[in-house]
Amino acid sequence: MKAIRWLKPLVFVLCLAPLGGLLKKGLEGDLGANPIQVITWSTGLWTLRFLLMTLAITPVRKLAGLLALIRFRRMLGLFAFFYASLHFLTYVWLDQFFDVHSMLKDVVKRPFITAGFAAFVLLIPLAVTSTRKMIQRLGGKRWQWLHRLIYISASAGVLHFLWLVKKDITEPAIYGIILAVLLGYRAILWLRPLMPPISAAPEPRTDL
Amino acid sequence: MIVKKSEDIHSSEITPKQTYLNRRTFLASGAVAAAAALVGGRKWLKLPSPEASVSAAGTQPESSSTKLDVVKKTDYASGEKATSLKDITNYNNFYEFGTDKYSPAAEAQQLRTRPWAVAVEGLVKRPKTYDIDTILKLAPLEERVYRHRCVEGWSMVIPWVGFPLGSFIRQLEPMSNAKYVAFTTLYDPKQMPGQNSSVLDWPYVEGLRLDEAQHPLTLLCLGLYGEVLPKQDGAPLRLVVPWKYGFKGIKSIVKIRFVESQPATTWNKAAPNEYGFYSNVNPHVDHPRWSQAKERRIGEFLKRDTLMFNGYGDQVAGLYAGMDLRKDF
Repeated sequence: MKAIRWLKPLVFVLCLAPLGGLLKKGLEGDLGANPIQVITWSTGLWTLRFLLMTLAITPVRKLAGLLALIRFRRMLGLFAFFYASLHFLTYVWLDQFFDVHSMLKDVVKRPFITAGFAAFVLLIPLAVTSTRKMIQRLGGKRWQWLHRLIYISASAGVLHFLWLVKKDITEPAIYGIILAVLLGYRAILWLRPLMPPISAAPEPRTDL
Repeated sequence: MIVKKSEDIHSSEITPKQTYLNRRTFLASGAVAAAAALVGGRKWLKLPSPEASVSAAGTQPESSSTKLDVVKKTDYASGEKATSLKDITNYNNFYEFGTDKYSPAAEAQQLRTRPWAVAVEGLVKRPKTYDIDTILKLAPLEERVYRHRCVEGWSMVIPWVGFPLGSFIRQLEPMSNAKYVAFTTLYDPKQMPGQNSSVLDWPYVEGLRLDEAQHPLTLLCLGLYGEVLPKQDGAPLRLVVPWKYGFKGIKSIVKIRFVESQPATTWNKAAPNEYGFYSNVNPHVDHPRWSQAKERRIGEFLKRDTLMFNGYGDQVAGLYAGMDLRKDF
């Protein structure tokens, strides 16, 4: 696919757009009354969105037959890590101003921060082992197992979001449902070979 | 949005307001800019320009009728600089107009604040329905600059206008068995689109013990920055209880009821382990999900320590003598 060659830089630039938007608003003094909160929310939401996009690659390429999509998975995953790092940095620097004592207390005492912190830490080994060299060194199977940590990380991320909102859980619930669909797809694929072969198993309906 | 025709507004009335807004914003920006410069690294977060502030104030009808006659001004915030009108009118928790903080500024403009009636009911010798314009004349209006602490961990300094609720209550003559006062917000999903969502149990209800309601700091609030309350801030009248978390300050009140037992209040019903009936500002009692030890003053970069009773302990601690504030949070 020749298209990939010029599509990749385009996707790369698009992935930077949320950061660009934030910087533009910052420069124009348009981040509202509580700029730090806006930065925290925006980087956090984009982390979740990139995690979900990464997880959507496999089902979409199989269901839609767009096998070349795999070429974008690493980039999306690394952008999830990029926005997670910005989100973490916002907390450490802008929100807590490097108050280590207060942050440690937060991580231990606040379930939503514990979940968020876990989600971030779990992404680190995935980012570190994202190079071709690391895949070869680990071996495909082991690499694949390691990278299933993204399921836990994304779940912890959604929990982090769900636990922090005051009352209106609509938004975290939407992310939760999308994640459940993406993970559910994988669960079905895994469970299918384990199920007793039923000869009368209905063919997947194509008219839905 | 109501746009007044130019002939309704005398130029003599406009100029002073813009001048003072410009001055306030200029001072505020200057101080914040100085703080940001000290802290460094946030210079790219440019500060709102004075012009932006004036246009923000323009979301309310601007005419001479929005000005309130204030007889005295008192600073109850130890000289701390008031938060800009722009931030006070654009960063609001008012779930009747959406759960997002930036939506009340737009959504609340459709609220009709005239005619507006407030029913006084229950255990009082003079139950009566008051018109808002009668309430405005019940007592001399004063400006009070109070600290305002939201349960979410941010705070402002706001120059409210109103009069002590106690002076109203005295005129109503509560009966001896009245122990609490319950307040109710308007319920009208047509005007308050947020009420179409079941995020809270509508209508919004808040309550105070009678002695809290009669405390001289408790304000029946009708305005801010010298003018009638902006709609997104709880027009036409709201409660301000400066030593409690902001959600106790119920907005757009239509009913005041004197009762014998503690009323069920909205946030307390929604999550009893997170929002107590008293909800006094207390840095030592954390919200189950976040710390209450510090707060971010809107417009400032570093968090500051939260003060017991939001800094009003000398005046109000006596109300809670002998109570375990960890239990009665």
